[in-house]
Amino acid sequence: MDMALILAKANYWGYVILLLIGLYALISKNNLVKKIIGMVIFQTAVILFYITIAVKKGGNIPITPHGKGYVVEAANFMNPLPHVLMLTAIVVGVATLGVALALAIKVYKQYGTLEEDEINAMIREQ
Amino acid sequence: MKILGWLTVLMCGALLIFNVSEFPDMGDANSPANSKQNLSEYFLKKAYHDTKVPNVVTAVLADYRGYDTMYETAVIFSAGLACFFLLRIFRKKGPKSRFYRHTPTGVTLRIDEGGKLPEESDVFKRIDSIWIPHDNIVRITCRLVVPFIQIFALYVIAHGHYSPGGGFQGGVLLGASIILIAVSNNLRAGIQRMSEKGAALMGSAGVLIYAGTAALCLLLGSQFLNYNALAKLLHIKPVVARYNGILIVEIGVALAVMAVMVWIYYNLSSAGKHDEGL
Amino acid sequence: MSTHYPALIIVVPLLTAVIVAAVGWINKKYCFPLSVASLAASLLSSIGLLFEVMKTNGEVVYRFAGWEAPMGIVYNIDYLNSLVLIVVTAVALINLIFSKGSIENDFPDKEGVFYALYILFTTGLVGMVATGDAFNLYVLLEIASLTGYALLGIGNERSPLSTLNYLFIGTIGATFYLLGVGYIYIATGTLNMAEIALIIPKLPNVGIIKFAFVICMVGLFVKMALFPMHGWLPNAYSNAPSSSIGLIAPLTTKVTVYIMVRAGITIFTPEFTFEKMHLDKWIVWLSVIGIVMGSCFALAQKNYKKMLTYIVVAEVGYMVGGFWLGNKLGITGSILHIVNDAAMTLCVFMAAGIFSYKIGDHISDFKGLFKKMPFTMTAFAVGGLSIIGVPPTCGFFSKWYLVSGGIEAVKATGSIGALAFIVALLFSSLVNAVLFFRIFEVAHFEPFSEGHGHEGHSAVEINEAPLGMLIPFFIVAFSLIFLGIFSGDIVSNIINQFIPVLPAGI
Repeated sequence: MDMALILAKANYWGYVILLLIGLYALISKNNLVKKIIGMVIFQTAVILFYITIAVKKGGNIPITPHGKGYVVEAANFMNPLPHVLMLTAIVVGVATLGVALALAIKVYKQYGTLEEDEINAMIREQ
Repeated sequence: MKILGWLTVLMCGALLIFNVSEFPDMGDANSPANSKQNLSEYFLKKAYHDTKVPNVVTAVLADYRGYDTMYETAVIFSAGLACFFLLRIFRKKGPKSRFYRHTPTGVTLRIDEGGKLPEESDVFKRIDSIWIPHDNIVRITCRLVVPFIQIFALYVIAHGHYSPGGGFQGGVLLGASIILIAVSNNLRAGIQRMSEKGAALMGSAGVLIYAGTAALCLLLGSQFLNYNALAKLLHIKPVVARYNGILIVEIGVALAVMAVMVWIYYNLSSAGKHDEGL
Repeated sequence: MSTHYPALIIVVPLLTAVIVAAVGWINKKYCFPLSVASLAASLLSSIGLLFEVMKTNGEVVYRFAGWEAPMGIVYNIDYLNSLVLIVVTAVALINLIFSKGSIENDFPDKEGVFYALYILFTTGLVGMVATGDAFNLYVLLEIASLTGYALLGIGNERSPLSTLNYLFIGTIGATFYLLGVGYIYIATGTLNMAEIALIIPKLPNVGIIKFAFVICMVGLFVKMALFPMHGWLPNAYSNAPSSSIGLIAPLTTKVTVYIMVRAGITIFTPEFTFEKMHLDKWIVWLSVIGIVMGSCFALAQKNYKKMLTYIVVAEVGYMVGGFWLGNKLGITGSILHIVNDAAMTLCVFMAAGIFSYKIGDHISDFKGLFKKMPFTMTAFAVGGLSIIGVPPTCGFFSKWYLVSGGIEAVKATGSIGALAFIVALLFSSLVNAVLFFRIFEVAHFEPFSEGHGHEGHSAVEINEAPLGMLIPFFIVAFSLIFLGIFSGDIVSNIINQFIPVLPAGI
């Protein structure tokens, strides 16, 4: 694997690393809020992935000029579709975060802690 | 759990690296997703012609894939409902005695149950678990900033057809302005400006504007969400009807997002009790 | 209006959910009738849609916003869609009527919001089933998930933690699916399912599609709680309130299985799914382990609801295994089991609702129930027999197809996995028989009343569930027999019309 391959696909490596960090935190962390943070990183990694596939070298933002007789050259503009999709995914991410925090607050009220091992110990004692 | 985490991460990582050579290079205009004969080309070339909206993202978001965006609004609305449903605790009775501070003199009054409560004003401030001595710098700065945020938000909503922006972004800004009031003063100051019921109803109204416009098209004999149908109703050209339809649904989105953001904040910051907060 | 059925199925509940959420703040009285009306309208339009599909012989196309396939979002409704749509809307409607009393009991201040979440959840599932766009499916999946978390997290004191764990796992699953869709998009440049299926066979190299396939399937397996990703399900479901579990337990896993079938056949095409991937044997083995483990864990439970949740895990194994056998009989069995298992699971969870409303969740509490609640127990017995797989009930027929599919796979390829699948199915039926006959036995015992020994005190007072619960419960129990009797017709008129010509040599 040479350097050129790594550089040409920099977006891919970036998203893979973020995804794995998020996934690790989501599975391994003991604190529920840290898990939630991991979840957000995990989702954001996928958003990064989508957005970077829309890039065209030298492209502009997808707002097309519209003078008379102007012909749009598609190669000069970014691909709009991934942006649209990710707007939806961002909203979904925010919504999930809200519900996750609401549940975490409920857990905290119930047990007085957010450390998962402490909570599990309490459940076992009951 | 640590071992399980590493195992999953390693498996996932191996899977992801396995395919890297077929992954298109960054900025490649000829990858299948970006290439000539596909959607990207169609949208860039035809969106303005079809909808008179130069911002292709807005056109795709609210027209070509407007059906997705309707559910996106529904997602955020569900999140508002979910936070309310999970957290909200209705207290039937307040505490028996209340404390008030007379700001000019600094005297603290205790009013027992049944006593006459002073009207909430700048002179009398209620003291409870959320009461904090005022920080004038923070409070006044925020008060100064809020109108600018709101005007900018309206600009973002209205100008989404021509520049980056639109209903979600503007709605979030509007919501943030009210949350800023609640953060810089206290939760009650926010609730005075937008009550919980008001937020909930506005959230519903926002989604209803979107879905209702779409359903209106269906009732007028077109497909669901086909804004062309509005042309007959508004006596305008079909293309202009699409332009206006996009504006209407963007306003609906903004309303829903603003209200739900504020609603979620109320519930999360006070753990559903609405009488204390940050 | 008949051309608008595909939109109406989803739009009516969506609009009603929003209105109900608002009306709940003003007058709670109208929430229930509005919700029932919207789900009934949705059920009627999905029945109308099935007839429409039969009339046009195969496919009803609906273009949202009037745009053609790859640009806009298009519904292509075929036999499979319309069949599952009817199941989803019918289960949601019946369970809503059934749980009216317990909803009013459990959430007096939040009734309107509960109904709104309930309908939104149904909307999400219906949209997932109906959609023809891979990304649209993700959005609706998230609607169903978010509302599902809210409905589950409000149960007993342990429910917030178990639901939070479900949320983490569910988000991993959904995000993996989204990632898979992204990979499909970079390889094909489109999001429309039918279009993707046309492009995939023409692609020069399929490495990216293979990855997309794996990551999509892993996401779906996590969501449907296939072994070994099933850990979240038993806790999340058994701690939930009975009114929401009657909706979520029968539908979530089945709809996810439906998506797997849809992805395997419509998006990735059968040639790719069964021939190029070489994963089918492994997944059959996974489902075999899932069935055996689910059944064994179910045996160990003393709590009725928890026992049911492990049965749900085992049933997921049935459907997944049946599909990945890769022959016509197996896929037929899998699809038929989506329908039958939704009805069966609804039936036994309704019984759980009545039990926990009247007595409790522990099996040891069920003493003397046949005398105390004769009608409830009759309907419950039908549900139990159906899960075991006793002939006149529908459970027998789908198992029959699954086993025949297994036999055919063994004959065709001599695969050991298929043989193990048959053995696992029989083992699980045996375990289910033990589980339910244990309950029947306990329920036949006299209660240890204090008046023991006094003559004349032995007559137990009949203490039945209210009629509002009993009537929907009986409808469901009856439908189990009805589905069983007509399963031949369902298979030949609907399911077989859907299953495409499968590649030979599997």
